[in-house]
Amino acid sequence: MIKNISNLGDAAVYCDFGLEVNDTINSNVIDYFDHLSKLVKEEKIKGITNLTPSYNKLIVSFDLNLTNYKETKDLIENLIIQKNIKKNNKKIKIPVCCEKEYGLDFERLNSRLNVNEDEILKLFFSKEYFCYMTGFIAGMPFLGDLNEKIKCDRLETPRVKVPKGSVGITEQFANIYTLESPGGWNIIGNTPLKVFDEMNLVEPSLIKPGNKVSFYQISKEEYLNWNE
Amino acid sequence: MSNTYFEVLRPGINTTIQDSGRNHMYHEGITVSGAIDQRNYKLSNKLANNDLNEAVIEFAYQGPLLKLKNNKINFSITGDVIFKIVRKNLNVEDGRCYKNYILEEEEQLDIISTKNTAYGYLSVNGGFQIEKLWNSYSINTKANIGPNNGKKYSIEDKIFIKDSNLQKIKEIKLNYSQLSDNIIRVIKGTNFDYFSTEAQHKFFNQEFSVTKLADRMGIRLSGHKLENFVSTNIKSEGLVRGVVQVPADGNPIIMLSDHGTIGGYPKIGVVISADLDRVGQLTPGSTVNFKEVSLEEAQNIFKAYTDDTNKYLNECN
Repeated sequence: MIKNISNLGDAAVYCDFGLEVNDTINSNVIDYFDHLSKLVKEEKIKGITNLTPSYNKLIVSFDLNLTNYKETKDLIENLIIQKNIKKNNKKIKIPVCCEKEYGLDFERLNSRLNVNEDEILKLFFSKEYFCYMTGFIAGMPFLGDLNEKIKCDRLETPRVKVPKGSVGITEQFANIYTLESPGGWNIIGNTPLKVFDEMNLVEPSLIKPGNKVSFYQISKEEYLNWNE
Repeated sequence: MSNTYFEVLRPGINTTIQDSGRNHMYHEGITVSGAIDQRNYKLSNKLANNDLNEAVIEFAYQGPLLKLKNNKINFSITGDVIFKIVRKNLNVEDGRCYKNYILEEEEQLDIISTKNTAYGYLSVNGGFQIEKLWNSYSINTKANIGPNNGKKYSIEDKIFIKDSNLQKIKEIKLNYSQLSDNIIRVIKGTNFDYFSTEAQHKFFNQEFSVTKLADRMGIRLSGHKLENFVSTNIKSEGLVRGVVQVPADGNPIIMLSDHGTIGGYPKIGVVISADLDRVGQLTPGSTVNFKEVSLEEAQNIFKAYTDDTNKYLNECN
């Protein structure tokens, strides 16, 4: 299932699963990630320090004091991966308020896409999305795929500060800014839900690769009175 | 509970707690953090008679002015650092790096600045009274993770120190001088082929300058624009320390300890593990030259680097 394995520097293995971004390829990435995570947790393999799944890649970082590229590569190549038959089908529902002060980029989207605000929201809220990966900043989920009609490039000049909780779209993906951060996605609303919880020591990120995510709209009043 | 602490009289530019880093969290979007210069981090602990993985204070450029309260301590400072000790009788003593000192109650430690490097380390015997988060003491100020609510230290903060038995501590000195060398060795990156032959040649043969945009996340360089003829964006994928990414403007960015966990710019190269300490210590205005090495060479250089570190650690005994 891995198309090509190479080294990323001297302390990481770069596993390439293919060119495309789709849930078949991403499921393969996640199967390897789950399998290796389990082996690391059970201390059956040594020296692995991090596993980073993304759309179509898996990067396996290791401690060069304990192992090396060849050993880690051989280990990965010899894994017998069981297709994750029982899919990680956790479904998560995210409330979003799209009032003016939270939906920052409707004007830009209207002019770029030639689709009005109501139509954008209808298309956005009517789909269930798949979480390809979590990262960039703590707990940020990369969700896809958006309806073709609302695919839009990122901002020419990224914002220095995107407010925490912002829900953004770009190309075929949606994401949630779990922390205040710089960023260039088109912001259509904000969620009061805690998507990254640093107090949760076991599972700080609410949304993980492979999860299904849908959004629903809430009023400003519901947003302001939100109580988890 | 110890009642010994440093009172922060001047925080310095970026004073945080760091250790060997936070592993097994990339997939949650939580980066490794940890001391930028791992060798100096370990040496500071060794000189303060600590376990090598104890938490230390890392400072950048201007360091903190700290007043010790309620007990005496033993400490050491490593790096290329100018500091002074203000004794109780108001005598001001010039400090020397790579040596341990006793600091008495009410005395002050004035870490004035680093010289030709960016980061220095302060280790206190016994360590600090702080909690680990996901198995690390490191503060990540971008995500507000770790001790001190994940923030750098500010004026009037108190940094609590664990009780320790100073009777057992002997004086240690080490003759060590910080290498300042601007040749950084790299292995070709996974997108090396995206760049024009000219850009590939320039990357390994021309000098780049370190811009002001240099912090714990990464270092932006400027110099000869590196022309990319395939694509200036890739599908976002994982990053590791040392990756050299080149965005559309053609200027390379080197990823350091607090880097984003994933990124979408082509990777022209990866700094070898043995050179990560030195690359992190580069200061704005300085220059850097990249030299290509093979994976096998990188592994041998790392072995030599580790042997060297161990040699210095053993000299502290």
